[in-house]
Amino acid sequence: MSRIRPFIILIGLLVVWQLIVTFSQVAPFILPSPLSVLVSAMDRIDELAKHALITTLEIIIGLFSGTVFGIISALSMVYFRPARSWLLPVLVVSQAIPVFALAPVLVLWFGYGLLPKIIMATLIIYFPVTAALYDGLRRTETGWLELAKTMGASRFSTLWKVRLPSAMPAFASGLRVATAVAPIGAVVGEWVGSSAGLGYYMLLMNGRVQTDAMFAALFILAIIAVSIYFLIDKVLRKCITWQTESNSSDQI
Amino acid sequence: MYTDEKHKNNNQSERNLNPAPVGLYLNNARLAFSNIPIFENLSAEISAGKWTCILGPSGVGKSALLRMIVGLGPKDPVTEISASDGSSLTEKISWMAQQDLLLPWLSVSKNVALGSHLRGIKPNKEKVSSLLNDVGMYKYCNDLPKILSGGQKQRVALARTLMEGRPIVLMDEPFSSVDAITRSRLQELAAKLLTNRTVLLVTHDPLEALRLGHNLFVMSGKPAKLGPVMQPADNIPRDPSNYSLQKIHSSILSQLETAVTESK
Repeated sequence: MSRIRPFIILIGLLVVWQLIVTFSQVAPFILPSPLSVLVSAMDRIDELAKHALITTLEIIIGLFSGTVFGIISALSMVYFRPARSWLLPVLVVSQAIPVFALAPVLVLWFGYGLLPKIIMATLIIYFPVTAALYDGLRRTETGWLELAKTMGASRFSTLWKVRLPSAMPAFASGLRVATAVAPIGAVVGEWVGSSAGLGYYMLLMNGRVQTDAMFAALFILAIIAVSIYFLIDKVLRKCITWQTESNSSDQI
Repeated sequence: MYTDEKHKNNNQSERNLNPAPVGLYLNNARLAFSNIPIFENLSAEISAGKWTCILGPSGVGKSALLRMIVGLGPKDPVTEISASDGSSLTEKISWMAQQDLLLPWLSVSKNVALGSHLRGIKPNKEKVSSLLNDVGMYKYCNDLPKILSGGQKQRVALARTLMEGRPIVLMDEPFSSVDAITRSRLQELAAKLLTNRTVLLVTHDPLEALRLGHNLFVMSGKPAKLGPVMQPADNIPRDPSNYSLQKIHSSILSQLETAVTESK
């Protein structure tokens, strides 16, 4: 039951949507019916796949580089005291300035290709990953650290073999949040300036009043975002088996 | 030549398993927080190869004393801690805490080999297996600690302490979080496996001290002092129902009682 529940909800929403369209007689360019969206998606499957591939690529590369930068920053903030005072403002600024405001500048600097979108996705991902891992690294159980000290472990070895593994659950939460918001960076970048990607395609179809194609692109974007999230979630669960969940029955 | 080499290696590993006993001298130990002394002028001899138990009410500073010796807590410059044979104390002391402190992401055998893992040395696998065998946990060697009970975790922690092969072992109430039967079994196991090591055990349980201690001290007062040494006869682990222990038991209880009333 719990497995098919999301699908029941989805089908229910689609039925409601179809009923609204049928009974309110709203113009198709305002709200196309789910059926016409499906037909439109089938017609343009090649085009949509091409754009979807590019957006997926931007999200995944952004996710990867944001995570790598986040891990490096968090580790250096814990290991080198001076790095903390230098990196913390950068961290806050990276989140305080809206990517929407940066997007035009990044497009101006890096052109219409993949790079500005990847940078935007990276910027969005960087903060949750760094903040979560940094927090996790600082909250290692003191007993473990003391034990490591009595065993003659170096600072680096303690960081690498005690602090880092113990911070993995916190890091996983950060990465989950990051995965959920990563598509925002890519799509905003595509809106501001690009020649490919689902965001670009949606704007294009919007301009041509082909609302059904726009909805089709939107759905594909949602499917991509949800799939990446569940994939990452699954990998994280596989890797961090030692974490005991206090209430294992309410897993997502 | 070859046999010589082999002999030497054997010797070394044996020495690691059963290091020569080294005692501790504690001279003028002092600890103060914001100039209020927790203890000062505290001197004691921790005899080599014997179990020394320090008993005291909560908050008297026994854990702090232990942490000072192992190098975790603050140490006043007047405090002198030295080995009885005059050698350096680095890498001579291991520490066993009240919690098992097993790392949940490492298997039982990797937890036992934690010291080598942290120092970046290849662990001696046979020694890990034989120690796990000694504490009766060999069949769990590939499992994660989360499936173990509290007593089993403490057994693994004991094996980890022994794996370090250090002559002095400091124990901070390591058996206090398990039930009475498990505690008594753990005490027997520890007494057996830590023969010839210098053990300093801090506890608030008089029976535990009576079972395991060759030398017993009561720590009490403000600033805290160590009472006169008590030395029950017989080998450890003693049977706590042993009649000769009754006198020492009541002496400990009266000392602790005065300590508690004084602090009120």
